Amino acid sequence: MLEKQTITCVACPKGCEVTVEHDGDEIIDIMGNACPQGADYAKEEIVAKTRILPTTVRVKNGALPLCPVKTTKQIPLELMDKAMAKIGEKEIEAPLKMGQIIIENLLDTEANVVATRDLPKKINA
Amino acid sequence: MIKIEKDVVVIGGGPAGLAAAAKVYDNGVKDVVILERDFELGGILPQCIHNGFGLHHFGEELTGPEYSQRFENDVEERDIEVKLNTMVLDVTADKKVFAMNKDQGAMEIQAKAVILAMGCRERTAGALGIPGTRPAGVLTAGTAQRFTNIEGYVPGEKVVILGSGDIGLIMARRMRLEGADVKAVCEILPYTGGLTRNVVQCLEDYDIPLKLNHTVTKIIGNDRLEAVEITEVDENMKPIPETSEIVEADTLLLSVGLIPENELSKKAEVALDDRTGGPVVNEGRETNVDGIFACGNVLHVHDLVDWVTEESQIAGDWAAKYINDDYKRSEKKIDVKAGENVSYVIPQSIELEAEDRKRIPLYMRVSTPLTAIDIELYADGEKLYSFSEPFGKPGEMISVPLAQKTLNDLDEVSEIRVDIIEKEGE
Repeated sequence: MLEKQTITCVACPKGCEVTVEHDGDEIIDIMGNACPQGADYAKEEIVAKTRILPTTVRVKNGALPLCPVKTTKQIPLELMDKAMAKIGEKEIEAPLKMGQIIIENLLDTEANVVATRDLPKKINA
Repeated sequence: MIKIEKDVVVIGGGPAGLAAAAKVYDNGVKDVVILERDFELGGILPQCIHNGFGLHHFGEELTGPEYSQRFENDVEERDIEVKLNTMVLDVTADKKVFAMNKDQGAMEIQAKAVILAMGCRERTAGALGIPGTRPAGVLTAGTAQRFTNIEGYVPGEKVVILGSGDIGLIMARRMRLEGADVKAVCEILPYTGGLTRNVVQCLEDYDIPLKLNHTVTKIIGNDRLEAVEITEVDENMKPIPETSEIVEADTLLLSVGLIPENELSKKAEVALDDRTGGPVVNEGRETNVDGIFACGNVLHVHDLVDWVTEESQIAGDWAAKYINDDYKRSEKKIDVKAGENVSYVIPQSIELEAEDRKRIPLYMRVSTPLTAIDIELYADGEKLYSFSEPFGKPGEMISVPLAQKTLNDLDEVSEIRVDIIEKEGE
């Protein structure tokens, strides 16, 4: 069945209103996007929503008890709770470097979980 | 008290201070120091662990800590002096900066130029005066963000958020991912105060209801928050009593606005703008006080850090020019005025001689949501040119350029006005 859906693109903060005409998973037309990212985004929104997951991981002997992390690529939205549980199991020893891999191939998504800052060891630890 | 002399003192080591300091240095002024009250650099960015930063500035999507780390690295590579755990107590109009820290005690720094980059703080519950009790569990969204992302405590399990600013939206998703039941985000206005992308990826993705035209009318609970009363408001923002409902919650997060932190600016006799809450500045972000500059959220609250960086680099360039005695203010300045549907425009004046002017980005906000807009620029009432945008939202800053050629030609002009008009028939 032919359907028309308007989606707010979140690829950048501009927030284009992109209209997608589709028949199930088949994309017929995409309008209203200011750049190609908008078309890709809108297509994904119809077929399967994916997002970067930014969260934190527990750190042992760090200057702070947590280190922020993110997935290196977008993962399916429906996997977020499972991904949070998986990352929640981890505890990493300080020091950490930005970009350091914390978990490889998270839930077979081909996304790695990496540290998003440098985190030194706790002084006197 | 120790006495120090410096070419440039930067107050605040967040994104604004970091970018400004590096720019000052790159212009050949290497005697610069950053004073930061926290134990590390980065300002608020280390706790903004979400992605979405840097799309304009770097052309790639970074998280807050990553964005910050790049500028921290810039400062470190240049070997710019940084004093951490250092609180600035006073700044005078003749650019004496009084500060203190544990290692050095009290110090008086005589600067040739000062860059104010103190950022902003959140409006708190006290500013709202919500009726009811005063239990634990009512906190600003930024405080909750610090607990959750830096200190490792999730502040509650059943959460209501009042105000739809970006931090509130981001924290709705963050608390939900950490296992909390986020019941609703209430916004007293008929539109959200945050970026559209945050409404989509923080609320819609997780089916968190956004209740527009709703507010919290009562706080219930003795030691700990037990519930809040949520009520719809009419078009005058007056609560409609028969719409009230009680929602069980142990945590109420407030995301109800940010206030530029200008206590030091006032001590230095810097004039403030009522609309922005920050200093009145010229195109170089220089305030009314000679040699005192301001940039970032202390000047006006930004929605994107990318614009903070751009603005702080302008301030850094000009502070260096000031030190090098490299610019000449014109006899008569141009006032930049916010016209129809515009809540403010930065900078508020243009002070360089016509032939010395370079391209100037004008930062502005619409005062109300509009669709299909023309942003029209007028010089002494005469139209210069206009830009079209599909929409204008109060939560999303608009930047339009004043071209160098245009500025060079505006020799006899005393006022530039910006109007934002909805196109007819659309």
